Amino acid sequence: MRRSMSTLATGLVVLIPAVFLATFFVYPVGSILGRGLGADGLAALGDLVASPRQRGVLWFTVWQALVSTALTLVVGLPAASIVARLRGRSQRLVRALVTVPFVLPTVVVAGAFEGVFERFGLDSGALRLRHTVWAILLAHVFFNYAIVVRTVGAYWAGLDDHLEDQARTLGASRVRAWWEVTLPRLRPAIASAAAIVFLFSFTSFGVVLILGGPRRATIETEIYRYAVTRSDISTAAALALVQLVAVLALVVVATRLERRRPIHNGLGRAHTVVSRRGWLAANAGLGLLLLGTPIGVLIERSLAGGDGYGFDNYRALGDRVRQLPAPATTALWNSLVFAVAATAIAALVGTLASLVVVHGRRGVGHVFDLGLTLPLGTSAVTIGFGILIALDEPPLDLRTSWWIVPIAHALVGVPFVVRTVVPVLRSIDPRVREAAATLGAAPRRVRREVDIPIAARGLVVGAAFAFAVSLGEFGATSFIPRRPENLTAPVALFRLLGTPGDLLRGQAMALAVILMILVAVAVVVIESFRGSTEGGL
Amino acid sequence: MLAVEDLTVRFGTTVAVDSVSLDLGADETLALLGPSGCGKSTLLRAIAGLEPPAGGRILLDGRDLAGTPPHERGIGLMFQDHALFPHRDVAANIAFGPRMQGMDQPARTARVGELLDLVGLPGFGARAVATLSGGEAQRVALARALAPQPRLLLLDEPLGSLDRALRDRLVVELPEVLAAAGTAAIHVTHDHDEAFAVGDRLAVMVGGSLRQVGDPADVWAHPVSMEVARFLGHTNLVDDGGKMRVLRRDAAIVDDAGQLTVTVLRCRFRGRDYDTVVRSDTGTELRFDLEERLAPGSVVRLRLDPDRVVVIGG
Repeated sequence: MRRSMSTLATGLVVLIPAVFLATFFVYPVGSILGRGLGADGLAALGDLVASPRQRGVLWFTVWQALVSTALTLVVGLPAASIVARLRGRSQRLVRALVTVPFVLPTVVVAGAFEGVFERFGLDSGALRLRHTVWAILLAHVFFNYAIVVRTVGAYWAGLDDHLEDQARTLGASRVRAWWEVTLPRLRPAIASAAAIVFLFSFTSFGVVLILGGPRRATIETEIYRYAVTRSDISTAAALALVQLVAVLALVVVATRLERRRPIHNGLGRAHTVVSRRGWLAANAGLGLLLLGTPIGVLIERSLAGGDGYGFDNYRALGDRVRQLPAPATTALWNSLVFAVAATAIAALVGTLASLVVVHGRRGVGHVFDLGLTLPLGTSAVTIGFGILIALDEPPLDLRTSWWIVPIAHALVGVPFVVRTVVPVLRSIDPRVREAAATLGAAPRRVRREVDIPIAARGLVVGAAFAFAVSLGEFGATSFIPRRPENLTAPVALFRLLGTPGDLLRGQAMALAVILMILVAVAVVVIESFRGSTEGGL
Repeated sequence: MLAVEDLTVRFGTTVAVDSVSLDLGADETLALLGPSGCGKSTLLRAIAGLEPPAGGRILLDGRDLAGTPPHERGIGLMFQDHALFPHRDVAANIAFGPRMQGMDQPARTARVGELLDLVGLPGFGARAVATLSGGEAQRVALARALAPQPRLLLLDEPLGSLDRALRDRLVVELPEVLAAAGTAAIHVTHDHDEAFAVGDRLAVMVGGSLRQVGDPADVWAHPVSMEVARFLGHTNLVDDGGKMRVLRRDAAIVDDAGQLTVTVLRCRFRGRDYDTVVRSDTGTELRFDLEERLAPGSVVRLRLDPDRVVVIGG
């Protein structure tokens, strides 16, 4: 009896995440494949390849991602060198500060950049940045700065400084020593960070949609345009197919590169020299300018009214406006409720899945590991589009259900939970479990007493990520039919930003500031629960 | 109370423990001595139920333990690297075993206090595990292993990672602690001095099997093989007409009437005596503890005390 109970429990541990992923990820993505590879889809694919405009879209998607990656590395590497040298509280503070932009909703960032262009008169004239590729590139650097700074910084901190000192005593200049000794050793971390930045830039949606303006399109925004604006599902499916293949390849590359990156215990050797003051100041200045300007201007714009500064824009959020089916405050409330529900789902599914990845039978664990990495790589747009075309008929007619939003958000959040919980579970010394057993704890008790309490810290971090992601989720949500009760704050913000007129602009900025503050709280939670030495994201 | 019969543990095709048999009485401590990789840790893990045996039996008080999972065996295991629970403080680590036994909170608190006193760490209960020094962690691990009052405690290189001073102290304290707790123990080590100090009996394990078991002094005085002799710290192994003999380091005295003529190679002052390396007339290098200083290069005669010359296997 007892045995069959535990068999049932073990079965559920595998079944719950498996069914969730199969229903809300594999089936929708499979539907895209089915459509894309069907007769209509293949015809559309042929048209795509034949069309110069579409070839232009594909090319633009690739090169803007390449340039974004290169720029992010150029700006981020010097900052990584500084983060590598910080310790304790200052290290945590800097890491938290650079992480806020990374988790900020894309729509908020796009709004912030729009605000900057407006504030400094860059929205028209010779120095126009608005609706140019430069706006997209800047926003991508803003977002992905944290990936380079944290991934490379953590790795760098684990490198032995004495090698560089040795090179200097052998006659290499400071720059030469860095170039010939440190840089080659950093290569795995740089490659891994670059792959991730490229992936994120490649699948960037909200930024391109808002900042690129009507004439700049990537595969992502084209899928949206065909599926939602034009209702041309075949073409959208063909585009999504191209996107899926590209992303799959990128995920494989990124995972490979990450595997090759040895894990450091973080107990970096004492770095003898504190960086030069000028170097430090230059980097701090650049970081502040890059990350601080949009955030600062966003706050300033949200407070600016017709006659000086005040909270009018915030007060106006409670009003009904023609562009929104419900007041912005309702959208904010909806977003919070969705985020709580999505976080709960993601935490449950993610924890169970992590247990399977770490403790499950080899083959099953492997399948889960891969199956869970894919949603992280798969763009939110693909997920939203899949849900749009797959879950629209009985028995799975969930498109109009309230639950579809938190489920879609949870799907985006699960990989974050898994990626924080799995390493923590793996870090548990098997001998600690054996010690518990020799002290009288049965296997399930060991799990309850050892694995779960230790994993809980990782879970808090993962759940906070899932919460932040849900609050700002835009790509998948934009595909879900709009009704007043499922209007989220990012979608409301997108609509407000798309409307000309000063009053709504101000409201948009106010809404963006509130979203930003909510997300910042999540980041504080993440940073305070994350060990001070752990790197990566 | 513990009887191991023909126990064999295999990892794939490697035989880690090769039909080992041993007995252990209540209150007895067996020192298990062997080089690293000889299978002694695996033997402990098998007795604790953490490695499935490929053959043989393990009996505790006459009861076959096959099929009894580790948590139901009542055998404690202290790991070489402590394996303390990182997410719990010192008190909660020690209280873990009693808690598994269903002991109530006040009794647990009392037990933790008792054990902290026993291992010499009073007041350490609230300390985080990460803040402990190596020696402190070691003693917490010992307290944790003793807390559920196991009939038998398996100690895997319990003093392995300690610095010399602490080790010298714990070598004395550990048997006292075990005696006070009335626990039988198997104490694994690769250090012969430690084995002599802690063991009521000594077992030497090489290459997965037990080569010699007995009273520590007997084993030291009469090793059964070259291998065992070398591992016990004997360096002077000589072939005497087909018989292997061990000349103990304390076997020689400088004496003009001695039967052995040697050339002094090195002589190093060591406090109570001189650590001297000599070459015999047959060309064998030997090492003795001598009471007088000899100049390198000088030729002297040594007399051997027959009681301190051991015939291997004799």
